[in-house]
Amino acid sequence: MKPTDLSSPSYFHKVVDCQWACPAHTPVPEYIRLISAGRYTDAYMVNWESNVFPGILGRTCDRPCEPACRRGRVEDEPVAICRLKRVAADNKDDVLARLTPIPAQKNGKRVALIGAGPSSLTVARDLAPLGYDVHVFDAEAKGGGFMWSQIPRFRLPESVIDEEVGYITNRGGVTTHYNTRIDSLKGLLAEGYDAVFVGCGAPRGRELDVPGAQEAAANIHLGIDWLASVSFEHTTSIGKRVIVLGGGNTAMDCCRSARRLGGEQVSVVVRSGFEEMKASPWEKEDAMHEGIPILNFLVPKQVLHTAGRLTGMVFEKVKAEYDDKGRRKLVPSGEPDVTIECDDVLVAIGQENAFPWIERDIGLEFDRWGLPKLNETTLQSTVPNVFFGGDAAFGPKNIIWAVAHGHEAAVSIDKFCQGQDVTERPDPLVKMASQKMGIHEWSYDNDVSIDLRFKVPHADPSESLRSIKAEVELGYDRELAFKEAQRCLNCDVQTVFAANLCIECDGCVDICPTDSITFTPNEEEDALRTALKAPAINKHQALYVADGLKTGRVMVKDEDVCLHCGLCAERCPTGAWDMQKFFLETAKTTNGAQACLSR
Amino acid sequence: MSYLKPALKHPGLPKNKLGFTRRDYEGSISTLCAGCGHDSISASIIQSVWELGIEPHRVAKVSGIGCSSKTPDYFLSASHGFNSVHGRMPSVLTGANLANRELIYLGVSGDGDSASIGIGQFAHLMRRGVNMTYIVENNGVYGLTKGQFSATSDKGSKAKKGAINTDEPIDLVAMALQLGATYVGRSFSGDKTQLVPLIMGALSHQGVALIDCISPCVAFNNHEGSTKSYDYVREHNESVNKLDVILGRAPITAEYAPGEVTEVAQHDGSVLRLRKLHEDYDPTDRVAAMNYLARHKAMGEIVTGLLFVDPDPEDLHASLGTVATPLNQLNDDVLVPGAAALEKLNAALR
Ligand SMILES: Cc1cc2nc3c(=O)[nH]c(=O)nc-3n(C[C@H](O)[C@H](O)[C@H](O)COP(=O)(O)OP(=O)(O)OC[C@H]3O[C@@H](n4cnc5c(N)ncnc54)[C@H](O)[C@@H]3O)c2cc1C
Ligand SMILES: Cc1ncc(C[n+]2csc(CCOP(=O)(O)OP(=O)(O)O)c2C)c(N)n1
Ligand code: SF4
Ligand code: SF4
Ligand code: SF4
Ligand SMILES: [Mg+2]
Repeated sequence: MKPTDLSSPSYFHKVVDCQWACPAHTPVPEYIRLISAGRYTDAYMVNWESNVFPGILGRTCDRPCEPACRRGRVEDEPVAICRLKRVAADNKDDVLARLTPIPAQKNGKRVALIGAGPSSLTVARDLAPLGYDVHVFDAEAKGGGFMWSQIPRFRLPESVIDEEVGYITNRGGVTTHYNTRIDSLKGLLAEGYDAVFVGCGAPRGRELDVPGAQEAAANIHLGIDWLASVSFEHTTSIGKRVIVLGGGNTAMDCCRSARRLGGEQVSVVVRSGFEEMKASPWEKEDAMHEGIPILNFLVPKQVLHTAGRLTGMVFEKVKAEYDDKGRRKLVPSGEPDVTIECDDVLVAIGQENAFPWIERDIGLEFDRWGLPKLNETTLQSTVPNVFFGGDAAFGPKNIIWAVAHGHEAAVSIDKFCQGQDVTERPDPLVKMASQKMGIHEWSYDNDVSIDLRFKVPHADPSESLRSIKAEVELGYDRELAFKEAQRCLNCDVQTVFAANLCIECDGCVDICPTDSITFTPNEEEDALRTALKAPAINKHQALYVADGLKTGRVMVKDEDVCLHCGLCAERCPTGAWDMQKFFLETAKTTNGAQACLSR
Repeated sequence: MSYLKPALKHPGLPKNKLGFTRRDYEGSISTLCAGCGHDSISASIIQSVWELGIEPHRVAKVSGIGCSSKTPDYFLSASHGFNSVHGRMPSVLTGANLANRELIYLGVSGDGDSASIGIGQFAHLMRRGVNMTYIVENNGVYGLTKGQFSATSDKGSKAKKGAINTDEPIDLVAMALQLGATYVGRSFSGDKTQLVPLIMGALSHQGVALIDCISPCVAFNNHEGSTKSYDYVREHNESVNKLDVILGRAPITAEYAPGEVTEVAQHDGSVLRLRKLHEDYDPTDRVAAMNYLARHKAMGEIVTGLLFVDPDPEDLHASLGTVATPLNQLNDDVLVPGAAALEKLNAALR
């Protein structure tokens, strides 16, 4: 194998599994250490810099970081990365003075952002500090987009949204135009904005199309419309018996909301198997914990009604069959149909993009799925000064992706407005710093906790089911947060090897608790992976290969389950191993504007 | 400074026939200098006992005094252990072995512990053929007392501060051969592929087995001019054979030229499969081995490998005709047969 090229920041970035998996590349271990140190405000700022909504995301993020977390590969569960973020938000001091300042002097450029969801708000946050005159339009009465209109209050209190949206919209540079629907992109472009960002989300719910649905329409509600109406407090009750159709997170929010608005027998019905449901495991758990059964392999067949009133639904029982290519097909199981009586049906079977307000004759091209044609990196559309992001760009995703798009779009818009090449992307900010303080002393806490994941305290269901606004999760207190934070392995503290110093004493090999280091004759990667002290079967994880040793062998370190404990460096007589903290901040318009606080 | 090795381990670690991973055979974290060869020997012992599938409680580790003699704390924490006095491991171990022959005895010592203060004890243990594995972690110095030359230090070898050793060295391998040891090997802490099978073979050998393992002292004897440094040993290491210890009857899978492979069946059922690296080396001929070693030593080579093995060893119990049952399993009436029995014995000797 070729020796590892350490000059590219992506090598060490990939080792920090959580940060690599996070669409916004939040420096996770950095903020987790700050939480351990009780520096909640600093931890909040590290988050705010990269993901803009720490309080919101600390309660609602889809957390792609957690399945990626290294801890999950050496024991049962990953670090509770997401809920630790909330701890930073819950315990911080006033941060206003530390937010990127908005200059009084404007740069003469005006940009319009359509929608006040997380993608647009991120663009606003990144552009206002550069002197842009930012205008945000939303059809609704407040900012936050779906975070405000869709996510139920028992998961995300309104005050948290208001606070974090306020950090963007209330500090100057950003003018909000709420209750203002944009009906024509052509018209908006004619107003002479230097650039337009479309962050209008994917606002249309897919309808139920089975016999009887028309007739019983009064009690069949589109999930996302119904949730919005609940959020706006237009809807305050529902029938006692409710069926929720669909297996995604929207369905989970619908059923749990229904339980709080008077639904006594609420069940979720999904076409697929329980395992394949789109909803996150923890959302399913929370729903079942509230007494909501999830019935699987049932396909809607008919809506039952008498005298124009919904009475129930009939489902066909199916089973999964797989063809040679492993593709799944749902086929009738032959069992009798299942009838479930109900008073209301909530339909959460999918969400679509819709751009009725974008004229098709302005040069903005769409693909065959009705999505705008975009450059995937710059998010620029076929109209050069129109950019997209969030759910509007590539279909429904989640908040953290919307934020990541927002940062990229802001970079593009800035470059575009400054007359620069939009495709030339700036480099991330990267730093490496040795953690060595003495012979065996490190400036990070290298002890490895063996505690299992701590559960986040929940309110008693009998309490929380009483009100749609009562927050179910109470969050970690400081003591639990400290213990959970200790589970983080500090994967950003990298093992860096200097072959010229190594005397091949095997000290590091012998001490490594996870058998990650081997000195061996060099071979091709596949052969090497099986020749190591412990097999390196996880091919998603790199082998760190270094040559230049006296015996002609190579040092091979399997990054997969390294605990970043620093024992290799402690046992090395010559300092050939060093523990160096890798810090990476993705390129943003605001890089450098904020003093690096915590490093 | 870390005092504990994290309990988390590689999820893909193989298990031995008892269901244990290598990590179940560890001890506490080493307090020796970082880079000490002794730590690699500890790791090799762990690997060997794990591979042999020995229950840790069946092993008794006995040592003397020195950095090397401290190491039994760093492996097999579930085994029996006795850290004795300087140079006295052989007598303590001999006593233990006589009292209970069912344990597997592992003596760990240093070159000072064995060749300086303990040379007498070393010699007599070898002569008597105590069934044990004797590992000398040989660094040429008294590591624990800060690097004085030991009795295995080569003549002309230079100390860290520049002093030259003027005394002839004791070659423990040559002595063991001369004194009748039935399994004799030499190895290097920096070569686990050689050392691990040697230890495995020694542990399964039913007689006295000596392994002289050169083990660089990074603090006091790893400099230019030392003959026990990593660099010097790597440059002068001449391995005469390559050993595989076959447990259960595994067929030969690789193709070997005739005469290239020798197999030695041991009494416990294991087979020592030796592949020749030096054509004229025969590890079953004691006198030839002694000659070979003397010749090659004069050429400046450090000869390593399994240097001698007697497939039919006899041990001290056999020559003394002792009772097979461990003394702690015998009742008082057997252990103290009384005045009449003593009288009878005395009469027989008159
Ligand atoms: C029920 C539900 C629960 C969810 N829960 C989570 C969760 O827990 N975690 C998570 O990460 N994601 C969740 N999501 C997804 C997440 O809300 C979205 O992916 C995210 O909000 C998309 O952000 P966005 O910037 O694209 O815009 P959106 O948040 O979708 O906001 C778009 C805004 O644009 C406005 N708008 C649209 N068209 C126009 C127009 N023509 N003129 C003016 N304004 C307009 C809309 O009123 C809306 O406020 C959930 C989604 C739903 C439906
Ligand atoms: C009776 C007695 N004499 C002297 C000492 C001092 N002493 C302690 S360790 C040691 C030498 C150990 O050398 P070696 O056996 O080679 O072990 P190493 O530390 O080199 O591994 C000596 C002389 C002692 N502990 N007891
Ligand atoms: S252990 Fe910590 S640094 Fe490593 S992937 Fe998990 S959260 Fe990230
Ligand atoms: S930091 Fe070093 S000793 Fe610790 S697990 Fe990683 S490679 Fe092994
Ligand atoms: S401990 Fe240091 S000198 Fe020894 S093998 Fe490892 S890197 Fe090389
Ligand atoms: Mg010594």
